[in-house]
Amino acid sequence: MAQSRVGETFAKRLIVYHLPLFFFLLFTLFPFYWMFVTSIKSTHETYNREINPYVPVDCAQTIAGQTRALSFNGSALMENCFYHWRTLLRDTLFLRWLRNTLLVAIVSTLISLFAGVTSAYALARLRFRGVQTFGLLIFITYLVPPTLLFIPLSDVIGDLPLFHRNLLNSPWALIVAYPTFLVPFCAWLLTGYFRTIPRELEEAAMIDGATRIQAMIRIVLPLAVPGLLSAAMFAFTLSANEFLYALVFIYDNANKTVPVGVVSELIKGDVFYWGELMSGALLGSVPVALIYSFFVEHYVAGMTGAIKG
Amino acid sequence: MSQELQADGFGADGARVAHKSVLALLEQPNVLGYLLMLPTAFVIFFFVAYPFGWGVWMSFTDKKVGMAWSQVKFIGLQNYVDLVTRDGVFWLTVWNSFVYTGVATVIKWVLGIWLAVLLNRMIRFQRLVRAAVLLPWIVPTVLSTIAFLWIFDPDFSVINWTIRRFYSWMGWGYVRGPLWLGDPTLALASVTFVNIWRGTPFYAISFLAGLQTISPDLYEAAAIDGASGWQRFWHVTLPGIKPITVVVLVFSIIVTFSDFQIVYVLTRGGPANSTHLFATYAYQVAMVGTRLGIGAAVSLFMFPVLALVIIFQLIYLKREQD
Repeated sequence: MAQSRVGETFAKRLIVYHLPLFFFLLFTLFPFYWMFVTSIKSTHETYNREINPYVPVDCAQTIAGQTRALSFNGSALMENCFYHWRTLLRDTLFLRWLRNTLLVAIVSTLISLFAGVTSAYALARLRFRGVQTFGLLIFITYLVPPTLLFIPLSDVIGDLPLFHRNLLNSPWALIVAYPTFLVPFCAWLLTGYFRTIPRELEEAAMIDGATRIQAMIRIVLPLAVPGLLSAAMFAFTLSANEFLYALVFIYDNANKTVPVGVVSELIKGDVFYWGELMSGALLGSVPVALIYSFFVEHYVAGMTGAIKG
Repeated sequence: MSQELQADGFGADGARVAHKSVLALLEQPNVLGYLLMLPTAFVIFFFVAYPFGWGVWMSFTDKKVGMAWSQVKFIGLQNYVDLVTRDGVFWLTVWNSFVYTGVATVIKWVLGIWLAVLLNRMIRFQRLVRAAVLLPWIVPTVLSTIAFLWIFDPDFSVINWTIRRFYSWMGWGYVRGPLWLGDPTLALASVTFVNIWRGTPFYAISFLAGLQTISPDLYEAAAIDGASGWQRFWHVTLPGIKPITVVVLVFSIIVTFSDFQIVYVLTRGGPANSTHLFATYAYQVAMVGTRLGIGAAVSLFMFPVLALVIIFQLIYLKREQD
């Protein structure tokens, strides 16, 4: 589809195309702007109903003043702009939560990718008895939401022993729980992807004397790297976003993940630490957003694969 | 040399034979297939199927947090009967879940198609705009919902500030602005709005993927036949993305119907238990109220609806294949 069609006036393009797109972007991006602005406002600005809330005045003035005087004053900048960021990073367990989140997300993604690859290959390529039943089972599991399982699953995981303690309240509880939605997801996405790789390549390798497993590892997997990347990316974000299991299975502050930590530790009863909350929301979103912006094209392709699969 | 070979040949040969037969076994689809399915089957059996069965069993008992299993009584369908006959919040929850899912799905669908068509035309800054549009869907929901909690704040809501300024600018006097999360109807609407905000990108990007599979020839043919823009949209675009639409709708309905995070962060089911969905009510009953048995029953009420949606999807896929 062409960007500007013949006979289309500028006014029509503006109304049909540019304006709607502008409003969509406003709609999607405003909350992020709001997080950012609130995170760099001083506390008295945040709680003043009279001044314009859209602009962080103190911070802007500090930056403007320093630019005009051509003098950099780091501590003034810290006090007036990044006060809440510093509080978040220094006085809360945010970095600890971030570490937990990354640990859980990476390990459960690796586990799920392994299980997903093996079963997806079997579903896409091998004709064994019950293959269709397995496919159906994985598809149904993929659609079972965590909210249906969290009560009994916390019981089941609570019964699993870990070094004479139980698994609850450790990152391992989540590493065990997350594959329940990640494995079916990876398997489903990768089955679709494997089907797009021509069979002939493996068959040629097998005629040349490779075993099936060799053909799978040396021929199919290298070709499936884009699919593996999008599955890994999806799985990583799904685990970084997960909230309910992390809320129910972990009680110690130090073992929480970013979403649960931010919600439960920066809101104390009726007291909301808005500056820190917004800094936490912003900084917690950055890793995921960065990964995506680098891979957005992959992402659309992966989505197409997942939908066709 | 042949001597040397024979000297250690026997054992090595035996091992080689054994090795060969294992390899031969692995060449059989019936063996290799099950072997490759093993990790996934393990996860599904122990951490999905078994907990599901366990949850059904729990819902037939009066289990509470901290209660030893030896004291737990089997009470049959009592939890379900109590919920349906004696629990006013439960029926409100049922109503909310359907309204939330229905309204959000329809609006996300419309906005999603619209946005997809816009994005499909886009040439300049394409990557940047797509990444920006996707943000609401990829950023952890709880974190972005916190931003909305502040946007809907009773005292410092930026929406209300803007409304106030607009009123006084127009000379209409002072207005406080609505309590977005304080009024039952408005709170449900606000929660639904956030769901729409989060879900629209998913629809748009999926539909965009669908639009790219439609052959430009179809549009040309339609244009030659004198079809207007709307007609092309109705007769080429919509049928072209129908397969994706079904998948997206099923997926989205399930996710929306079983949603937890948005309501948990914005209202915790309040004011006065008026915005609960199945998941938040189950959490409230089981984790806050410590009544695990009833909580399990509440979340299992989602099951028939989810099952219906999944069955619909399977039938549709089956029909498409034939």
